[in-house]
Amino acid sequence: MYTQLLPVLLVLSVAVVFAAVFLGLSYWLGPRRPDPLKETTYECGIPPRGTVQIRFFVRFFLVALMFLLFDLEAVLLYPWVLLYGDFLSAGQAAFALGEISVFLAVVVVGLVYVWKKGGLEWQ
Amino acid sequence: MELFANLLGKIEALSSQNVLILSSLIMALIMALVMAACAIVFTWMERKVAAFLQSRYGPMRVGHWHGVAQPVADMLKILQKEDIIPAEADRTLFTLAPVVIFIGSLLAWAAIPFAPGFIASDLDLGLLYIFAVSSLAVIGILMAGWASNNKWSLYGAARGAAQMVSYEIPLALSTVPVVLYTASLNMNDIVIAQQGGVANWFLFRDPFLFVAFVVYFICSIAEVNRGPFDMPETESELVAGYHTEYTGMRWAFFFLSEYANLFLVSCIATAVFLGGWWAPIPGLPLAPALNFIVKSVLLVFLHMWVRWTLPRLRVDQLMYLCWKVMIPIALICVIGSGIWLMVSGQAS
Repeated sequence: MYTQLLPVLLVLSVAVVFAAVFLGLSYWLGPRRPDPLKETTYECGIPPRGTVQIRFFVRFFLVALMFLLFDLEAVLLYPWVLLYGDFLSAGQAAFALGEISVFLAVVVVGLVYVWKKGGLEWQ
Repeated sequence: MELFANLLGKIEALSSQNVLILSSLIMALIMALVMAACAIVFTWMERKVAAFLQSRYGPMRVGHWHGVAQPVADMLKILQKEDIIPAEADRTLFTLAPVVIFIGSLLAWAAIPFAPGFIASDLDLGLLYIFAVSSLAVIGILMAGWASNNKWSLYGAARGAAQMVSYEIPLALSTVPVVLYTASLNMNDIVIAQQGGVANWFLFRDPFLFVAFVVYFICSIAEVNRGPFDMPETESELVAGYHTEYTGMRWAFFFLSEYANLFLVSCIATAVFLGGWWAPIPGLPLAPALNFIVKSVLLVFLHMWVRWTLPRLRVDQLMYLCWKVMIPIALICVIGSGIWLMVSGQAS
């Protein structure tokens, strides 16, 4: 575990150092001529109108919710997938497939429900 | 004498630990260099491919031969650009966002096996780790869009996040059939299981795996936000999407990460479906790393070909494709491969 995660930590530190070096280099080499007009929010040339606290399309929340459910489902598939080989060599593949089909059926019923309810339409 | 032996043992233990740290550090540095090289090679390649597909020349002047030094010139120019932070922006999040995206894409490189033994971290959970770490990009995009305090950025970030989280599901599901065969998430094990020529690549093991590869490829285009799925940065609607307000080096980090992620998804496809470092015909005297890189670069070329050929999708078409086409197909592939394995009775 230690030998596997240490390199990940080192890659992380290399990434941080790399980012810091390049941002520092551009800070050192780049000019700094602040100007109130330059620092305004870009809106195609006209002065910014209204606030950015716009109302979000409710579909985005629905997508986030569905992502939580289905990503969890994908993650829950992995343990079964890893053990499938053992079931196969024990001659119980049909049993394992049946089990996961029940799990997937529940998920698919959920997907069909969202589909029929119009949760997947973007209009 | 006993004391001496004890001491020697301790030194040996210490030095093996140091060797581990040193070799991992070298691998980490190599990964950072590979990432920088990707940005340099692929920006030039993208311009040339785009130019070729549109009957133009592309960059021709810098570096004498077909503008090969253009990316270097661009980088020197970007380094000297002014770094503008809008007055309305949230400074902390604004400065952190590009770094978060960059770290996410570099971290994922840790588990890519370029050649036997040439892997920064031989993680047992390799495939899952790559998917987990590469979704850091979603957080970076949301940070950038929110902190910019700009309508274009916010819309781009919302679209980008919705698209990336949606396509992550079929992307993860399409690699599940492969794990059925290997019974391991370790990237090395996955590649080793494909030893011995084209016929043993997971792409051709069964028809469901072939379909899974097609699903993976389409979803990987959406995952790296490139055309025809470049909704988050549609220049005709949203100016530049979530990085509208970014300039200079910070903007370059978004660009760097985009090309690094492009190569990353191609490398995952190579390792998982296309036999990794194995030569197409067993016994061909080719270096393993060369095999791996040539396959990945060909996939990158395919990505560019698709980008410059197909028109952009609408948001509703994008969501339709993901939830109503890709996810059902990926689920069918999982069950189909399971049945195929059971009937043919082959597992490695």
